[in-house]
Amino acid sequence: MTDLTKLTLAEARDGLAKGDFTSRELTQQHVDVMEKGRELNSFIVETTDIALDMAHKADEMIRAGRGTGMTGIPIAVKDLFCTKDVHSCAASHILDGFKPKYESTVTANLWQDGAVMLGKTNMDEFAMGSSNETSYYGPVNNPWRATKEDGSLSENNYVPGGSSGGSVAAVAGHLALAATGSDTGGSIRQPAAFTGLVGLKPTYGRCSRWGMIAFASSLDQAGPITKTVRDAAIMMESMASYDDKDSTSVNRNVPNYEHALTGDIRGMKIGIPKEYHMDGMPQEIEKLWQEGIEWMKAAGAEIIDISLPHTKYALPTYYIVAPAEASSNLARYDGVKYGLRVEGDGLSGMYKNTRAAGFGDEVKRRIFIGTYVLSAGYYDAYYLKAQKIRTLIAQDFAKAYEKVDVILTPTAPSPAFAMGEKSNDPIAMYLNDIFTVPASLAGLPAISVPAGLSADALPLGLQLIGRAFDEETMLRAADVLEHAAGYTAQPKIWWGEK
Amino acid sequence: MSVDNKTVAKIADLARIAVREDELEPLAAELNNILGWIEQLSEVNTDGVAPMTSVVEVALPWRADKVTDGGYRDEILANAPDNAHGFFTVPKVIE
Repeated sequence: MTDLTKLTLAEARDGLAKGDFTSRELTQQHVDVMEKGRELNSFIVETTDIALDMAHKADEMIRAGRGTGMTGIPIAVKDLFCTKDVHSCAASHILDGFKPKYESTVTANLWQDGAVMLGKTNMDEFAMGSSNETSYYGPVNNPWRATKEDGSLSENNYVPGGSSGGSVAAVAGHLALAATGSDTGGSIRQPAAFTGLVGLKPTYGRCSRWGMIAFASSLDQAGPITKTVRDAAIMMESMASYDDKDSTSVNRNVPNYEHALTGDIRGMKIGIPKEYHMDGMPQEIEKLWQEGIEWMKAAGAEIIDISLPHTKYALPTYYIVAPAEASSNLARYDGVKYGLRVEGDGLSGMYKNTRAAGFGDEVKRRIFIGTYVLSAGYYDAYYLKAQKIRTLIAQDFAKAYEKVDVILTPTAPSPAFAMGEKSNDPIAMYLNDIFTVPASLAGLPAISVPAGLSADALPLGLQLIGRAFDEETMLRAADVLEHAAGYTAQPKIWWGEK
Repeated sequence: MSVDNKTVAKIADLARIAVREDELEPLAAELNNILGWIEQLSEVNTDGVAPMTSVVEVALPWRADKVTDGGYRDEILANAPDNAHGFFTVPKVIE
């Protein structure tokens, strides 16, 4: 039988519909690759029995003519999504043993459409990280390793990016056809760029946050991680919905995103923000960005220089707003309702010991920052100031969108780096999200598209940022960009039996 | 603005996270490093700028004030580290 794990989601969907193979066969092949790929540490929990059962039901749906774009597609689910009776711990020790009695809206939508769950993927603890090194379950290894000058593969492990590191490693290593991710400041897009995948963060409010373990509620959004732009369009349609259980979910019709992929961007206005030319940015990133501009121009788009003057303040603004919200959201972990409990002197001692033992260093760091910036006497100077600058950042974009339809930028300032390289310098780590955070603060949709390779043959991505709720125009541009880039590289297998 | 050991101890207490005496100094250094970097925001003129309260321009939805869900105490208690008589338990708080 052919290797079904190398298919795209769209190809698998078409093959299932034609009866070339069953979901059971497709799922079994992914399960086999998943088991051989344990060295990647991309899954925290494998749910093989559930997967095969769901595949069986999906085959029945297809036979009955009730198949959708996601029916029978084996996917990986980030551990941040609550899945009924299945481990959902956001890769934190403090949620030890938590098996929710309910299903997140996003995963419920996917199962309703017949998708198949292979397991729960590793991530940075509570989605706080850009390298997947903060997980209680250990770091995730990028399926990609740098190529040395003699053409051989580096012996070092590379980070997959974060926080959705397990999800991207699973898809890049062909352990899953696609995966769910969540993006607060770049957690879908940056890891997608580090692994040669497509990562889509929709407009804030497009997907329900209900049943997603909260990090920073005004920024968190779910989105798909896939092999192609078409795959992202198909999966996005299934994940998005209005949900009265999330008061920030927006009641708008979910379009057929795949129909937006016309291949025609003639006359589309593409903005190039001058502030994204950062000092010290590697030449290869700058060069790829230029190539991206040329590709879009060749496809008939009009390139327009724009200015987003507050760009440099986005990252420090984010590191006030996100920790502030996190310190509040994570107050719920108190050793009473779920997860870990460590006894101590009285109630307060129990709280303190539980939280000291349950949270990792990066999570504690952000809770402390958040607690400080919200504390009496500092609220105005930090939090209120940051929320005002957030307004200015959103206004920058609003002004730009008077002139352009989408904005093209690099996704990350570097390719994947070696494990441990930045884990002792929080600010160097935070700088990974320099190009992804501004769109998050403004609530805008953005997508990373694989566009080339670095000098040492690691994937690089370009980012397109769209207007609010105009994922369609952004996807149309992304599809053209993807085809123009002609990216086909795959990681060389170094893990497991091979 | 920078934080000293005493401030870190206070933050940790507010956050209900136990911190050992010998952890205060390195934590203060770490937090000061991040706060110093954040400090650049003070150069932005925000006079007359309204703080962002909602990232998308939508009115918050209204709904009838009715109970629409509930009645599953045991499911809620199922994940508790400890429970008794249908309640969560905590260490004794009243002498």
